[in-house]
Parts: sequence; C-alpha cells; structure tokens
Amino acid sequence: MNYSPPERVEPGDSTAMVLRNKIKAIAQRYPEQRSALMPALYLAQEQYGYLTREALEEVAATLDLSLVRVYEVATFYTMFHTEPVGKYHLQLCTNVSCMLLEAETLLAYLEQKLGIKAGQTSADGLFSLAIVECLGACGTAPVMQINGDYHEDLTIEGLDRLLGELDV
Amino acid sequence: MYKKVLLNYPDRPNPHCLAEYEAGGGYQALARALREYQPEHLIQMVQDSNLRGRGGAGFPAGLKWSFIPKDSAQEKYLCCNADEGEPGTFKDRELIDKVPHLLIEGMAITAYAIGAKKAFIYIRGEFSFWANRLEEALVEARQKGFLGRAILGTDFELDIIVHHGAGAYICGEETALIESLEGDRGQPRYKPPFPALQGLYGCPTLVNNVETLCCIPSIITRGAKWFKSIGPEDSPGPKLFCLSGHVRKPGVYELPMGISLRDLIEKHGEGTRSGKRIKAVIPGGVSAPMFPEAELDINMDFDSLSAAGTMLGSGAVIVMDETTCMVKVAKRIMEFFYHESCGKCTPCREGLEWLVKILRRLEGGQGRQGDIQQLEEVCAHIFGNTFCPLGDGAVMALRSVLKHFPEEFSYHAEKRDCVVNSGVLG
Repeated sequence: MNYSPPERVEPGDSTAMVLRNKIKAIAQRYPEQRSALMPALYLAQEQYGYLTREALEEVAATLDLSLVRVYEVATFYTMFHTEPVGKYHLQLCTNVSCMLLEAETLLAYLEQKLGIKAGQTSADGLFSLAIVECLGACGTAPVMQINGDYHEDLTIEGLDRLLGELDV
Repeated sequence: MYKKVLLNYPDRPNPHCLAEYEAGGGYQALARALREYQPEHLIQMVQDSNLRGRGGAGFPAGLKWSFIPKDSAQEKYLCCNADEGEPGTFKDRELIDKVPHLLIEGMAITAYAIGAKKAFIYIRGEFSFWANRLEEALVEARQKGFLGRAILGTDFELDIIVHHGAGAYICGEETALIESLEGDRGQPRYKPPFPALQGLYGCPTLVNNVETLCCIPSIITRGAKWFKSIGPEDSPGPKLFCLSGHVRKPGVYELPMGISLRDLIEKHGEGTRSGKRIKAVIPGGVSAPMFPEAELDINMDFDSLSAAGTMLGSGAVIVMDETTCMVKVAKRIMEFFYHESCGKCTPCREGLEWLVKILRRLEGGQGRQGDIQQLEEVCAHIFGNTFCPLGDGAVMALRSVLKHFPEEFSYHAEKRDCVVNSGVLG
C-alpha cells in the first residue's frame, strides 16, 4: 500500500515551501496557472493527510486564488477530503454491475467485520469505509479500492485475505 | 473472422512499451500523416471514414474536427476524454493499459490535423495506475521524438499533459471537462458557443474520447474506405464492447460495429453464469434505456439502437438474469445519477432526489398509493428541462424500467414485497 503518514506542516515552514515549489512547478506546465488547482489539491492532500483549512490556504496563496474558490472546488469532487480519512480508505463500488454480483453482501460483511457503517471511520483511525460509484472495472466486479489500489473479482475470502495483509 | 485493430498485440508480453508498439508498426501512421498529408486532407479522411465518437453520443468525428477554425490566430487545444465513468464501461482503461502509445499516436495525428500544439488527457482520478502508465509512455514518446519540438524532423510540435480528475461523473460531459481542466467545479457550460469555437481558455478546443482517438492511426494507414467496410457504412469501425453483470464471461470484446447483441452475449459472453434466463439488458451504460430478453436480436451500432429507442452509448452491455429485482436496479441507477448531479440546475438536482426517495421506499416495502404515478410526473418535470444530458439520461433509464417491468413496480407498491423474492413471476 502506498500510504505515508501525514506530516504536520505550518504555513511558512520548510515543508510548506516544498509544497509551494511543487505546485509552482506543475502550474508552469499549464497555459494558465488556475488549471493547476486540482493537481495542487492532490499534493496538499498528500502532504497534510486531508484538506485542512491551512492546506486550502496554502494552495490559495500559492496559486493566487481566493480561499472560497479553492474551497468550492475541494468540496465538489469526491476524491478531495475536507475531513480526516482512515489510514486505509476502503471504497466499495455498489453500482449496477457490482450490485448484480453481490457487492451488498460484501458491504454488510465489511461493516460487521470493521464495526463501522459505510461513511464512517473507525475510532482508531485505521479504516474508513465508503460506498462509491462505478470505478470503471465492471468486467471484474465486484470491485473495491483500498487507498489508490484496485482490487477486483472480490469475494468474502478475498476480502479476508486483503484485510489480513494490511499493516494495522 | 474479425481481426482486431485496436487491441491487436499478438504474443507480445508488454504491448504498452514503445519498443513493442513500434515492432507492430506503431507510429508509422504519424510519420505518414506528417510527411504525406496536409491537415485538411486528414480531416477529410476522417470524415470519409464515417468514424463516430465512441464516448457515447456517436457524433461524426471528422465533422467535429472540421468545426475547429483554420484561420484563427488563437491557440487550439486537443483534449482526450479519459474520464471513463458511465457505469458498465471499462474499455478506455483497457486501451490505456495495453496500448497507451496507440492513444498518443492518435492524439498526435489529431493535434496536427487541427493545429494544436498542446493537448490534455483528462483521466478519471481513480485511474491513477493508468495515469502513471500514460506518463511513462509519454516519456518514451518524447525520448524518441514522437512528441516535443520538431516531431520526426518536421515543424510540428506537441506537448501532452495528463490531468487527473477527482471523482465526478459529470466531467465526462465535454464542457464540464473543460471547466474542470480550467480549475473549476465540473459544471457544464451553456452551448452555444460550442468548444470548437470557445473551449479551453476561450480557445478553439476539440474533445474526443480515448477509443475515438485510438481509431485514427489505422484510418491513416489503411484508409477511410477500409474503415467504412467494417460493420454498417454509416456507423462503422472496430468497437470495444464491455460485457458485465450476470454474464459468464465478462470483459472487453473488440468486434466489428453492428454485431448482434444476442451473439455478443450468448457466443462471446457464453450466456448467464447461473444458466438462468436473461431478464433484461442495458445496451450502452446505465444512461441507455434497457429492454427485455425478447428484444435481444438487435445490431450493436448507433443507428440500429437509436431506431429501437435506446442507444449504443459507450458500448457497455449489462446483463441481468431472471433473479434480478428491476425496482432495485432502477433505484440503484437513480442513486447514481442523484449522487453525480452537479447541482447546477433545479430539475436535475431536486428531481433526482425525489425519484430516489420514492424508489427507496418502494424497494424497501414502504411504497405509497400513487408512487408510480409520481415517478412518472417527476420524470416529466426533469426531461427536456435540464442544462445537460445527465437529467435526460436518468429519466430515459428509469422510464425504460417502468415501461418494460410495470408489474414489478405495482407489486412492490401494492404488496409491499418483491416479485422476485416472492416467486410470483419467473
């Protein structure tokens, strides 16, 4: 799993400078720097763990955008998180092709096994469970992402194996 | 026997690598396009080929190219739509996974034809693995001089940027994609002006789907006439069909446009995995109206499906066997559209929530008198009254379930139970 723990950064310190430099480098590739907002939000999310107020302010200052402009974009897209998510973000598709192949059974199993409902994060901060829309892998349904990685052709046994391999 | 054109990489273990792509004749089409043709000839060739856009709408690709002004002093942009999100669709992921250079070559030829020096691949955020695959392929292509300045010794230059979406279905709509690429919320723009005149940063912009662009190299090397000879003449070419749901052998199948849906499911997909009868099929992603098993003898091309009141869409076929509760399917499809509504216009934003509420209570055994009538009323308020096709797509999908399976809805409403579970039908 390509997960790295969030680093605490304060605006103006050296880590924030690294983030600013990365964002500026990306912005240079685009004809207009406002196009770098989504890549910048991804970078900030990686750096801060989730999009905290400070993270959003940092992005806004770097790209010379208003905070509200950055916030409205951050809250439009489901892959940007303005609330903390668990170390392992389990995102199970329940759209039609996955539903037909028992994704709901897998969801019930995960809820019971992790002791949380879809949309919640476990108290220890290890797991967030989410129902997501089509992940574009319907030929190998049911499908779930753990953080960025795809896991396809899922079964209950497969889920057990996957969860057993996680570093908790 | 049909010979594959797009996913054609026999016995090559790493078809995504440049060396193997070149070994199979890769980038020869780009070389020919740059050396033998003027941009207007290429546009004419694509028009002559009758290639139609593979993203869902089926608009003639060459005609779309021809709308880009030739005498404008403004920058021109090419955007590849790789925001594959129509439920049931997973073909563009396969193309990027197996033949990323085919896409890059198609984009380079297209950019040359329309006069673009900068191009973007807007790829859905969840596909980060495949975005990396593209980045690696772009590095290879730059190193070999297929991208960058003075491509293949000519004065043509092109830079391609991979832009990650972040989980919004609506960004597959071309004006929403452009908004998103400009760093905004992905909400569709009013048309006209069309992107061909005022697109990205207000400049002429062409947006084409991954599969559409992947068809371009073979049209250049083998000719428009050859392309038009595959499948029906007005809707021709190789087509990737995505089979999923209760089918025994799901997957991406490259076949000629216009094959029979029954053959696709029964011969290639080997029927249902349970061996049970098929109840219904969605032919082109969840926006496409579904139909019952009795109507399976239909050709899979834009015009045939359109004539039957549905659409080819992205070529995503979802098969449902007789154990499927159609009220539940309708509910799940509407939950999808409700979740993905961008919120810009009221009929879509509010109407879809109403539909979801009614369908949830119907499915959950809490249906009320008049629920089915109310579904139809809300549909009528959404259809034709929304800013972009998302609302219409949702309504067309729901109306098709109501039309073909009314008894399942009335059973849910009256008996507060499901015909499938109760064993009354089937």
